[in-house]
Parts: sequence; C-alpha cells; structure tokens
Amino acid sequence: MSAPSQVEPVHRRRRSGRAAEEGIHYSRWFWPSFTIPATIWLVVLFILPLYTVVSIAFGTVDPIFRGPLPVYEPWWWSGEQFGKVLGDSFGLYRHVYIHTFEYVVIASALCLVLAYSVAYYVARYGGKRKTLLLALLIAPFFISYLMRMLAWINLLDTEGYINKVLTFLHLVPHPIEWLSGRPSTVIMGLIYGYIPYMILPLYAFLDRIDANLLEAGRDLGAGPARTFFRVTLPLSRPGILAALVIVSLPMFGDYYTNNLLSQSPKTTMLGNLIDEAYGSTGQGPRAAVFVLILMVLLIIPMLYYLRSTSRSLLTR
Amino acid sequence: MNESALSGLQSPALPRVRGGFVRRWVRNPWRRPTILATITWGYIAWSLIPLTIAIAVSFNRSRSSSSVNLFSLQWWWTDPSDSLLHDPELHSAVIQSLKLSLTTMVIAVPLGVAFALGIDRWRGRVASGANFVMLLSFVMPEIILGLSLFFVFSFLLKFVPLGSAAQILGLVTFQLSYPVIIVRARLLSIGKDFEEAAMDLGATPRQSIRAVLLPMLYPAIFASAAIVFADTIDDFVTVRYLSGPATSEPLSVKIYNFARGQPSPAINAAATFMLASTIVVGAVAYLLYRAFTRGQRTGAGLGDLATQL
Repeated sequence: MSAPSQVEPVHRRRRSGRAAEEGIHYSRWFWPSFTIPATIWLVVLFILPLYTVVSIAFGTVDPIFRGPLPVYEPWWWSGEQFGKVLGDSFGLYRHVYIHTFEYVVIASALCLVLAYSVAYYVARYGGKRKTLLLALLIAPFFISYLMRMLAWINLLDTEGYINKVLTFLHLVPHPIEWLSGRPSTVIMGLIYGYIPYMILPLYAFLDRIDANLLEAGRDLGAGPARTFFRVTLPLSRPGILAALVIVSLPMFGDYYTNNLLSQSPKTTMLGNLIDEAYGSTGQGPRAAVFVLILMVLLIIPMLYYLRSTSRSLLTR
Repeated sequence: MNESALSGLQSPALPRVRGGFVRRWVRNPWRRPTILATITWGYIAWSLIPLTIAIAVSFNRSRSSSSVNLFSLQWWWTDPSDSLLHDPELHSAVIQSLKLSLTTMVIAVPLGVAFALGIDRWRGRVASGANFVMLLSFVMPEIILGLSLFFVFSFLLKFVPLGSAAQILGLVTFQLSYPVIIVRARLLSIGKDFEEAAMDLGATPRQSIRAVLLPMLYPAIFASAAIVFADTIDDFVTVRYLSGPATSEPLSVKIYNFARGQPSPAINAAATFMLASTIVVGAVAYLLYRAFTRGQRTGAGLGDLATQL
C-alpha cells in the first residue's frame, strides 16, 4: 500500500497535464451522478417513512375509526399520543422495558465471551484448519434465522429430543415446558440467533492484530495472561465495542425470537409491544410512538457504531 | 514488571516455573490452547447440530419430531395434500419467495454498486450526508424500517399497494447497504492506480470504469449478490409488514406463522428448501469469486470473504 502512495504525486501531475491537453477529466457531475439513483431511493423510501412515523406519533386519531391521522406540518403536531404512551412506559409497560434491557444485556455479554473465545482461537491457533473453521463459522450466515429457531422449537418441544434425553436419564420427572415463557430460553435464542454476526467481525479484527506486538510483550517478560490483558485486549477494544453494538441493536428490536420460543406475556420485549400494536386495529399511533421511542433509545449506539466503523473503513 | 523482566533475562529459553502440575500447565507458553479449542468446537457443534436435526425431521415419516422413522419424501412431494409440492399455499409461497429475492437482488446490487463507486470518489458535504444516510439504513433495526415503510405505503405513498410491489421496494431499501459496504471495502483495497493507468493509456473515464475497474469488482459484486439473495429469502420482518393478501406472503412468512401454530414436517421441508436454495446461490457466488480472483495478488480464501462481510 505504501509504494503506490509514494508514486502518486508524480503520477497525478502527469495525468492532469495530459488531461488538460486531451480533455480526459472527470466532469463535475461524473461521480455524483453515480450516487443519484440510490440517494433518491433512500430519501423516498428511508427518510420519508421515518418522517411519516414521526407525523403519526405526533398526529391525531380519527374519532370514529380510531385510525391514525398523520400530521405532516411540525407546527400542528400534538404531543397527546406520545405523552400517553410515554406515561404508560413508566407505568404499565415498565417491566417490559426492564425485561428488554435485561435480556439484551445478558445475551450480548454471553455472546461476547463466547464469540471472543472462538474468534481468538481461530485467529491465533487456526493454523491449517483455519479455512474449515471459517467455513463452519460462516455457515449460519447462509442459514435463515427462522430455520435456526425452528431447529430449537423441534429440540425444545415437550416431546423433543432434549426432554426425551432428560427424562430418559431421570434428571427430571416430567418433561420441562421450555417453550412457554422461560427467560432462559429466550436469552439462549437471542444468543443463538445473533452470535454469528459477532464472531466474524471480531475474527477480522483479531486477525489484523500484529503478532509481533504479542511477541514483544512476551519478550519483555509478560506471561501469557498478562500479554493478553495488557496487549491483546486493549488492542481489540474498538472491535469489541463495535461487535457489541452490532449484536445488541437488532436484539432491541427483536420480537420474533420471543414469539417463536416463548409466546408468553411473561417475557414480552419492546419489539413485541410494537408488533402487537401493529397487529391490532386502532393501535397505529401507539405502534408509531413505540417505534419512535425505540429509535430514540438506539440512536446513540447507532451513531457510535457508524463513527467507529467509518473510521476503520478509512484506515484499513 | 521488574521481577518478571529479570527472570526473563536469567533464563531466556525456558522460564522456570515452580509449583504443581496445574500451575506449570497454565504457565507453559507452548501448551496447546485446549480450553479455547474445546469452546470453539463445542460452539460449532452447538450451532450446527440443531440444524441437522431440523433438516432430518423434514425427511421423517412420522409427524412427531422426535421419533425417527424411515427416510421418506412424504413432506416434500409424496403426500398428496400436505407436502411442500402439493400444498397450494406452500407451493405459491415458494414462488413468491424466489420472485421477491431475485427481483430485490437485480435492483439492489446495481444501485448499491453505482452508489459505492460514486461515493468513493466524490467528496464534500452532500456526499458525506448521503453516505451517512446509507450507513444509517444499515444499522437501523429491521422492525423500525419495516413498520415505517408500512406507514408510508398506507398513508403517504398510497399508490403503492401492499403486496409484491411494496415488499420489493422495502426489501431493496433494507438490502441496499450490503453491496455498498462490500464494494467500498474492495475499492479501498484496489486503489486508484489501475484506473489512472488506463486513462493514461487513453481510456475515457467511462471506459476505464467498464473495462478495468468493474472486472476487478466482480468478486465483491458476486459476494454481495449472494448475501442479498440469502438475506432476502430469509426475511420475514419487512416482508410481513408489507404483505397484502395471503398470496403475497413468501415462504419465510408462512414458516413464521406456522412454526408455533400448526407445526408440520412440511414446514421443515420448506425451511430446508430455503436453505438449499441459499446454499446453491452461495456456492455459485463463491465459485465465481474464486474464478475472478484467480491470479490476483490478494488471496481468494474464505478469510478474505469473511473480512469483507
């Protein structure tokens, strides 16, 4: 990478000289024109929808049909719907927020411990088996989330293999109802569903850490544990934070893991509130307010992730 | 720090460690990483064994998921009413799935590649704003995107009916960022030298892109097309919010709806079918990736593909 950048100034001067002679140059709109279609697409189908959510959340409700009446002009916005749902959030739905937070924190922490160990092993000790290991770690990427949850529904069913084994070994007297409102099952499902998204970025990050730095640490007398905690871990901190964010963002918006593995109000998460509001008539404004709340809660981790990854993209 | 440094100096080859077996084992810098190896292989088993069981169920003769009977294709096509091929609902869902995924791939990949090319060379405030919005769409949780699209199609852009059209528009929005990110990573590793060399040799900007840059981007383009296809065929969040009549529900939504309600091995067969189609597309993309990176300085191993994800 360094050699071409040294050559570049000479190169560029020559080209611009020729460009002036022969008219080979990028016109002002050459590169922007490439981005126009996708940018228009995003403005119409990403920015505008988000604005619609805000207009519904701060809009009014049809007095007869209870349907939402979006208000697009900010000066006519009313905070009535928003205030009502926000009030409920501190009262009726407080436990839902607490659940969501608990599950996501526990699941992402366990994800990190497991994913870091696996990524570290593959990056440092993969050796000849690295390709095989990577293929096995990439495999879940190509297997649908639904398929993976379906697998656990089959296994954890009251007549499934896990209960068969447990009752056969007389570890439990009756089959355990894993699939009706157990937080542990939901957390396991969250880990199972999202850990592949954590292992690969962590692997990519750990693989780039210069092995010479670790050897230097060892040469200076630090033991394996000390080298790890004083060199490897601090170096991988940006990777860890980015991986935590990339896993916890979708977990906060998750409702399907819960619906598939629990189906009980005992384990309701914020995503379930949104999904239920979408499904029932007259709850449109409520769904919009919940979406807005979720967005506000997640905006800081999202911005952090964008900042850290755009930096790593440019310095790679 | 001082003590350990000194002991290191005294015996540079093999630091002497006193203590019992466990202590010596822990301190030995050349020991095999047994614990990490156990965790890794244990994780791989945990991540893949449930899936093999789920696949096996779809070839099972019995309706129950736990009793294993003879291998049978009953849930695939032999059963006249409940199998994947003959249940009209599942049958049309398969077609809808393939239709949505292929259309999304065909629209999202060119849009994303063009955006990546442009944003990589265009600097300025507008460019960084567009880039920011693109990356924001990448990290936005799907439930937010899906519901806001549902609202926009039911209130503001009413001329788009819920159903296939809305689903494709939504899926493309959600998938647009994958090709952008993958192609940009590739553009960074290619650099500008080849393109400038082509222009020095007399190519116009357009020619240098088409004849030089684009072929070098093929691996990234194939990788992103495979990812978009795989991710779209699995998608059930955005698609479910934007589906209109029941005929517009693809296989993923059917599976989601039936998974807890009326589980049947035919659902497993449906999921296995989805898996098989993504594996085929993934394998084709990987082979194309290999073919187009052959003889290039950067290796074409899985490691590179992994770092591009």
